[in-house]
This record gives sequence, C-alpha cells and structure tokens, in this order.
Amino acid sequence: MLSIKNLHASIGDKEILKGINLEVKAGEIHAIMGPNGAGKSTLASIIAGNENYEVTQGEITLDGEDLSELAPEERAHKGVFLSFQYPVEIPGVSVTNFMRTAINETRKAQGLEEMPAKDMLKFIREKSELLEIDRKFLSRSLNEGFSGGEKKRNEIFQMAMLEPKLAILDETDSGLDIDALRIVANGVNKLKSDKNAIIIITHYQRLLDYIVPDFVHVLYNGKIVKSGDASLALELEEKGYDWIKQEQEA
Amino acid sequence: MDLKEKLLSSFMAFEERIDVHSELHDVRTLAIKNFEDKGFPTKKDEAWKYTSLNSVLKNDFTVFSKKENAIEFNHVKKYFLHEIDTYKLVFIDGVFNSHLSSTTHEGMDICLMSSALNKPKYKMVIDNYFNKIASKDESLTTLNTAFANEGAYINIPKSKVVHKPIEIMYFSTGSEVALLTQPRNLIIVGENSHVQIIERHQSLNKNPVLTNSVTEIFAQKRAIVDYYKIQNDNLGANLIDNTYVSQKQESHVSVNTFSFGGNLTRNNLNFYHFGERITSTLNGITIIGEKQHVDHYTLVKHSTPNCESFQDYKGIYSDSSTGVFNGKIFVEREAQKTNAFQKSNNILLSDKATINAKPQLEIFADDVKCSHGCTVGQLDETALFYMQQRGIPQKEAKALLMYAFSNAVIESIKIPELKQRITKIIATKLGVKIGFDL
Repeated sequence: MLSIKNLHASIGDKEILKGINLEVKAGEIHAIMGPNGAGKSTLASIIAGNENYEVTQGEITLDGEDLSELAPEERAHKGVFLSFQYPVEIPGVSVTNFMRTAINETRKAQGLEEMPAKDMLKFIREKSELLEIDRKFLSRSLNEGFSGGEKKRNEIFQMAMLEPKLAILDETDSGLDIDALRIVANGVNKLKSDKNAIIIITHYQRLLDYIVPDFVHVLYNGKIVKSGDASLALELEEKGYDWIKQEQEA
Repeated sequence: MDLKEKLLSSFMAFEERIDVHSELHDVRTLAIKNFEDKGFPTKKDEAWKYTSLNSVLKNDFTVFSKKENAIEFNHVKKYFLHEIDTYKLVFIDGVFNSHLSSTTHEGMDICLMSSALNKPKYKMVIDNYFNKIASKDESLTTLNTAFANEGAYINIPKSKVVHKPIEIMYFSTGSEVALLTQPRNLIIVGENSHVQIIERHQSLNKNPVLTNSVTEIFAQKRAIVDYYKIQNDNLGANLIDNTYVSQKQESHVSVNTFSFGGNLTRNNLNFYHFGERITSTLNGITIIGEKQHVDHYTLVKHSTPNCESFQDYKGIYSDSSTGVFNGKIFVEREAQKTNAFQKSNNILLSDKATINAKPQLEIFADDVKCSHGCTVGQLDETALFYMQQRGIPQKEAKALLMYAFSNAVIESIKIPELKQRITKIIATKLGVKIGFDL
C-alpha cells in the first residue's frame, strides 16, 4: 500500500532523512522506533504532506499513486491519517463541528453528497461508544483544556470517524497513563483490518504490548538501520538505543 | 461652505428653536465655542494620527433632517432581536419613532432624551448627570453637546434587574443625499441594578451618513451594565462613537463592540473610576475588508485602589482595509493594587491591509499588575496543517481558524440570542458553517 523508496528530506539546509526505504502492505502494523532526533516525526509529517520539509530525493507512493504533488488535504482524501504528537487546540470549534467539516470535505472531494445530519449523529454515537468517549466531550471546543490523554483519545476518535487507509500514529502513547493507553490501544485494535495499515511511531515498548506490530524498524540518524518483528522491540527495551548507536559506529 | 461653517451657522438657527434661558444654553454655548476653536480633528492631532476624516467631510451633509420619515417594521425586522421581547428606542434620521419603539415609565425610565431635556420632572437628573462625564475638550464630543437634543434616556433606579434587554436603534433612510446625525444617549443605572443594552446604527441605502454620537453611562455602586455595540452598517455609513463611562464602587460595566461594516468607524471608549473594587471590561471584534477603516481608541483611567480592567480586541483585516488600536491605561498614584490587562490581537490577510497598534501605559502607582500585548500576524501554520491533514482544504481551514480566533470575545456575550446572531454574522463573513450541535 505504502511504498517509500530512497527518501531524502531536509528542512532548510539540514538534511533529516537520508535515504528511507519502507514497504507497508494492507493489513500490516509497522512500528518505527529510535532515539530522539532520529527523524521519526519528520517522516510522519512528510508522508502527511507538511510543506515545511523539502523532499530532495526519492518517492512516496500510496497504492501506486505518487503523493509528492498532493497537498495535505488531498492526501487525507486518499486515506492518509496522521495522529499528531501535539494535537492543536482550536477554541470555538467543537469536536463534532470539526469532524462534520472534515468528513463532508472528504466526501465532496470524492464526489459524494454531504452526510445527512441524522446519519452523522448516528455515526458519531457509534464511534464515540467504541472509544468510551462521553457525549459531553464532543461538544467541547477541539482540544481546548483537554489533558494529554484526552487529546490523544480524541485523535483516535477522529481516526475512527475518518476511516483512513493508512494511519500514522506519532508518539500516541506519550502522556498517557495506563487506563488511557488501554482505551487508545483498544480503539486502534478495533479499527485495524486487512484493508488498512498502521504505522506506529514510538520511543517505548509499552504501547506495542497492546498493539502488536508485524514489523519493527529502528530509525537512527535519518535511516532505517534495523528491521525485525515484534521481538526487536523487546530487545531494544532491554538493551536501549546505545546498542544500536554502537553497532552503527562500528 | 464647508461642514464646519455649515454647522456653526445652523447652530444659530438651532438656538432660535430652543429655550435660551435654560442652563443647558450655557452648556451648549461653551460647547460650540470649543468646537469652533478646534474644528474637526486632523492627522496633526496625535489622537487622530491614523484616521483621516478628510474624505468623509467632503460630503455635502444635511445637518438637520427636514422630513419625518416612516419605515415599515417588516423592512427592518431583521436588525432587531426579534426572537425575544425587548425594550426598543428607535430613531429614524435622528427623530424618535414611537410606532417602532417600546418605552416604559413603570418603575424606571426607558424613553427619549428630548423629553428628558425639556420636561421639568427630569430636570434634577439632567442637572446632575447630563454632560458630567463627557469630555468638554474633545472637539467632536463638544460638537455633539452643542446640538444634543435627541437620543436614548435610560434611568434605572436602585435594586432593579431589567429583565428585557434594551435595543437602541438609529436608522437612516437615505432620503437626504447625505445626512449628519448627532444622537446623544444618557444612561444611569442605580445601585445594585442590572441592565443589558444593545445599540445599532443602520442606514437603509447607500447614501453617505455621518453619525457623531455621544453616550454617557453612569454605573452606581454595585451596578452591572452590559453594553453591546453592533456596527454592521452599509459601506456609505461613517460613525464616530464617543462613549464615556463613570463607575462607582464595585460596579461592573462591560462594553463589547462588533465592527463589521461601515466605511469609517471611530470608537472613542473611555472609562473613569470613582470607587474601589470596580471592574471594567472592553472587548471588540473587528472583521473588515475592501477599503474599510476601523479605529478603536480606548482609555481606562484607574484613579482608585483595587480596581480591574480587561481589554480584549481581536481584528481580522483583508483587502486594503485599515485598523487602528490605541489603548491607553492611566494608573494614578492612589490606584494601588490595580489589575489592568490589555490585548490587541490582529490578523492581516493581505499585503495591502494595515493595522496600527499602539498600547500606552502611564503608571504612577507602585503596587500594580499591568500587562499589554499586541500581536499582528498571520494564521498559525501548525493549526492549518492539522486541519488540512484532516481533509479540510486550506481556504476552509483558514476560515475556521479565523472564527476560532474571534471566539474568545464571542463567548463573553451574555444574551444568547445576540450571541447566536453575532456568531452567524461572523461565520457568514468568513464563509464557515458552524451551525451543527449535538
């Protein structure tokens, strides 16, 4: 589904991604781990189309279609979803209004009619139950005054509403306590299917206990230096990232 | 004959119509003399550095409307808050219209200035309050004082909660080619009383109008006054609003100004404290485009201890529009433990839009908390990216963000129907659909 070949990207003069290769097929869960500054969030932003970064070499394709010329909203319409590490606060716009706008804009782009209000309400109810979200929460302003855990849960709620093909979860576990983690992980597990794919970006093994990856990659210094299965994450937890750094320097 | 000369000569005709022996005559005479000496302000006046009246003053304004014009309620229904019951003071081309109004004398006075200025039963109030807080120096204010004869007169006695909001509406029919109108409002709110007032100026066609209005508000101890100014007029309308607020101990007065329309709008908003533990709130939302100009000139004078003032002005400027925010806070030596906060946040949507923001703080007390913040910028890129990532195209994302930017001030509107109305106007101006609630 997602194919990244020899991706080089910079911000200003600084090159951050130095030749990333990654293949993600439908139905798969990939974890990308690595120390701070390795380029994990940058990779996530670039797949989503953040125009602050410049792709200097290589390509990104989704189902064979080149994403490089597409604006972020166009990539979203094709089914790309990024759960932000730091979700943005938008006071005055409720969660429901925001989702309604997002869903209807996507439908418009796909040549569909707007979802009727009654259906939208039903849809919202279903998905909020899935994520154990209180209805009152949905009429609050988007992310305003939300705790870290609530923000992350709201990201997964949006993922449930938008039903993406490719979901990238950027440090979704940071700032979550055990209960919030369980709820978020449950949500993601209920949403995964053999038609979609998930990329989990994380420092820590913890989330991967709940959302078990098919593949684990280690991103270090702008490149994927090691790949393996779920047991690689456990090895990293035991040995730390120094092990990788030492291997690379040898 | 330029407008100043026209006004000075019509003052003489005006005087012939009124009782020249009353004390008011002396007040008017001093006022017209002040205007004669100073004339209309120009850009050489520091207070008018960024706002020029030249092109407005070139219009050939009629100074008194000669006809009494009628309007069908159905034509103007949309300007009122028709969903709820309100008191209404409606003026057409400066003349009170009883047909559209809804006044009262039951336990309080919500009626007209012309009655208050002429009938003996109001004399004591007029002697004690009329022109007592309005400036006697500022040229346009004194011009209004010289000709003051009609407007809203609201006197709420103590311990009265006025359950219905009061709508003060000034309509211009445009039957004159260009009209100058000078409404004068006097609002007195007694101890422990509570009133909500909405004021709106609306011209009904494109003919130029210049409104030079003066409003004096007296809030007695523990009084609560919520005042809303809706400035969403046609592009031919010009408004100079001079509002003076005098507050006594523990009173709360808030003035919310919504500036969306008009050609040139100047809001002079002044607060004076005469007591401790007073709260003053000044909020504004300005959303303009084309060649519109809005100038907010505020003054809060902290002269007594333990008082607070909050100013939050948001502005969004597109095309070649221009905005000014000049916020002055004076804290006198006796005003210890003052909390004064001022924010002016502005978004420029085009290269040709301009905002001049000038906070001015003069602080003579040493135990105070004062802050000011002016920002001028564009929309937050991270927030835009977040919305685009959710499938919302850039244009719609920008509009939603701008709506969110104005939201803090919208939240402070205490009349739900008015809040909805303003929200709708803003959402329409920005091209955003917000009406969906669970």
